[in-house]
Amino acid sequence: MSERILMKGNEALAEGAVRAGCRFFAGYPITPQNEIPEYMSWRLPETGGTFLQAESEVSAINMLFGAAAVGRRVMTSSSSPGISLKQEGISYCASAELPIFYANIVRGGPGLGNIAPSQGDYFQSTRGGGHGDYRVFVMAPKSVDEMANFPRICYDIAFKYRIPAMVLADGILGQMMEPVTFDFDPVEADSLSIPDWALRGSKPEERRVVKSFDLRPGKMEEWNYRLEKKYDEIKAEEVRYEAINTDGADLILTGYGTSARICETAMAQGRKEGLKIGYIRPITLWPFPTRIFRDLAGKIGKFLVVEMSLGQYVEDVQLSINGRSEIYLHKRPAGGIPTGEEVLEVAKKVLSGDKSKFYV
Amino acid sequence: MYQGIIMSGFGGQGVVSGGILLAYAGMMDGRNVTFFPAYGAEMRGGTANCSVVVSTDPVASPVVGSPDTLLIMNEPSLARFENSLKSGGLLILNTTLVSSRPARKDIKVIEIAGSEIAERIGNVKAANMVMLGAYAKLTEAVRLGTLKESIKKVYARANDKMVELNKKAIDEGGLAA
Repeated sequence: MSERILMKGNEALAEGAVRAGCRFFAGYPITPQNEIPEYMSWRLPETGGTFLQAESEVSAINMLFGAAAVGRRVMTSSSSPGISLKQEGISYCASAELPIFYANIVRGGPGLGNIAPSQGDYFQSTRGGGHGDYRVFVMAPKSVDEMANFPRICYDIAFKYRIPAMVLADGILGQMMEPVTFDFDPVEADSLSIPDWALRGSKPEERRVVKSFDLRPGKMEEWNYRLEKKYDEIKAEEVRYEAINTDGADLILTGYGTSARICETAMAQGRKEGLKIGYIRPITLWPFPTRIFRDLAGKIGKFLVVEMSLGQYVEDVQLSINGRSEIYLHKRPAGGIPTGEEVLEVAKKVLSGDKSKFYV
Repeated sequence: MYQGIIMSGFGGQGVVSGGILLAYAGMMDGRNVTFFPAYGAEMRGGTANCSVVVSTDPVASPVVGSPDTLLIMNEPSLARFENSLKSGGLLILNTTLVSSRPARKDIKVIEIAGSEIAERIGNVKAANMVMLGAYAKLTEAVRLGTLKESIKKVYARANDKMVELNKKAIDEGGLAA
């Protein structure tokens, strides 16, 4: 445990990873995540760890593949276009079951886009991101405090299930400063046990292999079923979400990350004015908290989705609710940031029967 | 209590470090705080600015679209932010470097010769502290004493002389307001 300090989101994330035992970072600069490699460049050497500025994103992710293969806690980070470049390597890590940790501090897209905050990478993050049939564990912090504390959870999940784990945050969460309390004691990296699959040098009879393919007939199908079994277990065991004031609500506000904290404020203000507004916020985007939506579908008439993208997160809400409640969507892409008042105003319109934001 | 504050001036006037000090002091006073810098493509000699929120309730967004208070350190900043200020809002103007005056009549304007005061007590770079001292005196968002106590924490590399100068600048700002 530690004292309450004022930290920038990117630096809190980096420090959180170091305290969780990260001792290797490879990356390449891009706004708005540059404070992560900058912080790691002096912080990791202090711990005996290694910081490497790679010559490209593709190089950085492949360095991570190698470093993860020896069984240690490793990290990379980037922002949207840079994460796109890393997707091939992430897919290889997913197939080889390497427990890498990475962060996407999302900026406006598509293309080079801009450096403004955005949530436009939801599909990319929650559907694997690269080629092939795979998923990664995705956490969506809504505060700098969570930026500091989620890396430890990501590492625990990554190593437990041998799966890539990521933090998905927008430029606001990376750039803003807020009070932070680290809710865990720093992990002694050297005291972490080395997994039995890690490549540490071995006798010939104990040969270990880390690879992402099997060309023998039928073997890759078996490989995929093995990954699927793991994904099913994660879906059953590792869902995290927050649900407030859902009992007897006329309307549920829902969003993730920065949108979630805006929904939370709109709910608080609305309830002060006597409106029955509740709020659901996924903390894990994959696995998605399908059940809480499914349980409330049909019981609560209206859901209002708020996202800083053009209708990505809303699709998972739609799949969970499956036509049993009305869904409305308030969307702001590539630098558009809703305010609490703006969301409350939309919520009031929806409650009064206005259909202009009706989604499905 | 909710205060959305934008502090703006030339790069080098300490608007970002001043904003961090304000947020830190708010945290020490038990408030919910956020600090958000303008991290866009800024140019040398252009304006630097940051947004700070100090609130008794949790802060939804750290982005301040319509500030309650503007701390304006130079001429271009006034032109850029005057219209965004809430009706009835507070504008603290560094009159040493801002010669024009706001056209709006629905706001409260406090004129502080920030850079001049800072220069008189020893270093023009402390003008940001003079502005913050004035702000602390005029609102309930943050206590003047907490601002002074926070200097040592926020600027860990500052020597005693610098700490004292900055404390004095905060006091002078309070007096001028």
